[in-house]
Amino acid sequence: MGRVEMQRYILIRLVQAIFVLVAVSIIVFVLARLSGNPAFLILPIDAGPEEVERLSKFWGLDKPLHVQYWKFISNAVQGDFGESIKWPGRTAMGLIGGRLVATLQLTLTALILAAIMAVFFGVVTAVTKDTPIDHLGKVFALLGQSAPTFWIGIMLIWIFAVEIGWLPTSGRGGINHMILPVITLGWFEVAAIMRLVRSSMLDTLDSEYVKLARIKGLREWKVIWKHCLRNAAIAPLTYFGIIAGTLITGSVIVETVFAWPGIGLLAIEAVLGRDFQVVQAVALVFAVGFVMINLTVDILYAYLDPRIRYG
Amino acid sequence: MATIAGVGRRPWYSPARIGLTLKEARRYPIIPLIIMLVVLIIPSIFANVIAPHDPIKSDLSHRLEPPGWMGPTLTTLTVVETVKDSTTEVSLANARRLKEGSALGETPHLKPDLAVGQQVQVIKKPGGGWERPLGTDKLGRDILTRMIYGARISLMVSLVVIAIAGVVGTTLGIMAAYFGGWTDYFISRVIDIAMSLPAILIALVLVVVVGPGIKVLIGIIAGVLWVQYARLVRGETLGIMSRDYIARARVAGCSHLRIMARHVFPNVFNSLIVLATLQIGFVIIIEASLSFLGVGIPRPTPSWGSIVADGRDLIIQTAWWVSLFPGLALVLTVLSVNLVGDWLRDKLDPKLRQL
Repeated sequence: MGRVEMQRYILIRLVQAIFVLVAVSIIVFVLARLSGNPAFLILPIDAGPEEVERLSKFWGLDKPLHVQYWKFISNAVQGDFGESIKWPGRTAMGLIGGRLVATLQLTLTALILAAIMAVFFGVVTAVTKDTPIDHLGKVFALLGQSAPTFWIGIMLIWIFAVEIGWLPTSGRGGINHMILPVITLGWFEVAAIMRLVRSSMLDTLDSEYVKLARIKGLREWKVIWKHCLRNAAIAPLTYFGIIAGTLITGSVIVETVFAWPGIGLLAIEAVLGRDFQVVQAVALVFAVGFVMINLTVDILYAYLDPRIRYG
Repeated sequence: MATIAGVGRRPWYSPARIGLTLKEARRYPIIPLIIMLVVLIIPSIFANVIAPHDPIKSDLSHRLEPPGWMGPTLTTLTVVETVKDSTTEVSLANARRLKEGSALGETPHLKPDLAVGQQVQVIKKPGGGWERPLGTDKLGRDILTRMIYGARISLMVSLVVIAIAGVVGTTLGIMAAYFGGWTDYFISRVIDIAMSLPAILIALVLVVVVGPGIKVLIGIIAGVLWVQYARLVRGETLGIMSRDYIARARVAGCSHLRIMARHVFPNVFNSLIVLATLQIGFVIIIEASLSFLGVGIPRPTPSWGSIVADGRDLIIQTAWWVSLFPGLALVLTVLSVNLVGDWLRDKLDPKLRQL
């Protein structure tokens, strides 16, 4: 299996990931200080110059930039992102931690459901290519990618919560509260993943070993589900990084529409309340998560497809 | 095809000949193009001319009017001698004082002889006239007008963003592939970093610091989008570089700039056009989403996304029209743009199917 190549590959990817994270932290740090002294963001507008100076000293804002950055990074690595401005008395990390579970509850559910449905739809539409079923699938995918997520959420609330009254309009809770947000978040993902699965299945269905399997006399459904799918599943994996990115954006929007108390909603509230400590923290946490997901996908991909390792 | 006069020639109304023309027409994505024109392009260009009202000025006398076909909300009151329940009954004297009209408290049809026991209809919530065909928001602004101006914003933002991202991305992509070596390495690293940042986070950080605004918005989306152009162009250029005519041009003494402009660029142009068209819908949705969240186009400038945001809380008060129509505009626009883009891709460069 090429132990040495695998280890080298992982090492290279790890170094690249760390490099990217450092760059991201620099970008976030610089952006947050773009408009000059962040003390102005914290204090009310009519604060006098002595107050500005006092706050600057307290936050260490009067030191040179690289010193500030070093302090920022060394604190960040330990998970200390400072105190929130909008919610006084609570640390930025504490706020994130409290809401992380809520976001994961929504995101993971949507992702798993979307993956299952997308694989199923993708395979079915690939196998029934150019039939009405395929066309129906295309329409479904097209709508999912053309309709903005926030609008789908609001329309679903209107139809199912306000007009019919089956489901609650917002807030976090059990399955009842989760149905609409998960559908909203998932539709876009299903549409995207489904197209990938379909095109990858179409490629696989025509290959030599499939014809061999058919000649051998294997039953058709076994051919499709056992042999083709295994190989077709590799290609969509490469897009998993992108899908994770869309999930992050999607969760921010869905949490805002449904008032679901997760990290996404926290980010928006922090932005609108000009709480740049929290925004910095959220941005970095997301970036770390994102980079780690990409790293995992890359390693997994190298594991599944030996050609990558030597490239 | 008939060479002998009259023989074999079908009349123009015969299904076979009409069928041919339809088939030819099907080569072009006509319906999506028409939709694009009606929903996006014409309103953007002619907003000042075709918009019936002012998109920004509030008009509180027309708050939350439903769309044209719904009419005013009426309550039916019975005329009685003495009013016991004022929500369902009205005295004869007051009934006779009712005026005919379409404002609050008036009646739509005035009956000539009012007597006890009859029923009158009084307007509880005015509006639903065809003057404001798609209804109004909670500040009384006509939704149709705001949508027309919103189309202009969407189109303008997406064109500017794609222009900037396209120019920057193409230049960097060609340079990376053409010069290779450290240039390529450096630009590719920048691309990797840019791709590992979810756009929305950078948008949020920037908006906290700089404040929302249309220039910030354009900068953010362009700053995230150029990467896709750079990657595509770099890939295509790498393929072109291995061809003979590049080396021969160099031998003939062409400068780098000339080669890149005259030999490389025209060959990536097709893919660029396809990518740009497919991106328009994407940018429109991003702009709408950011405006919805409150970090895009600042109020009171109308953007389809922020109108939907306005309508979000109103859904519970049954003012569904505020969110529904701009969202529909978004869906139709993005759908038709994507269909046109797909058609363009199939025509120009089927290799791009993976996009």
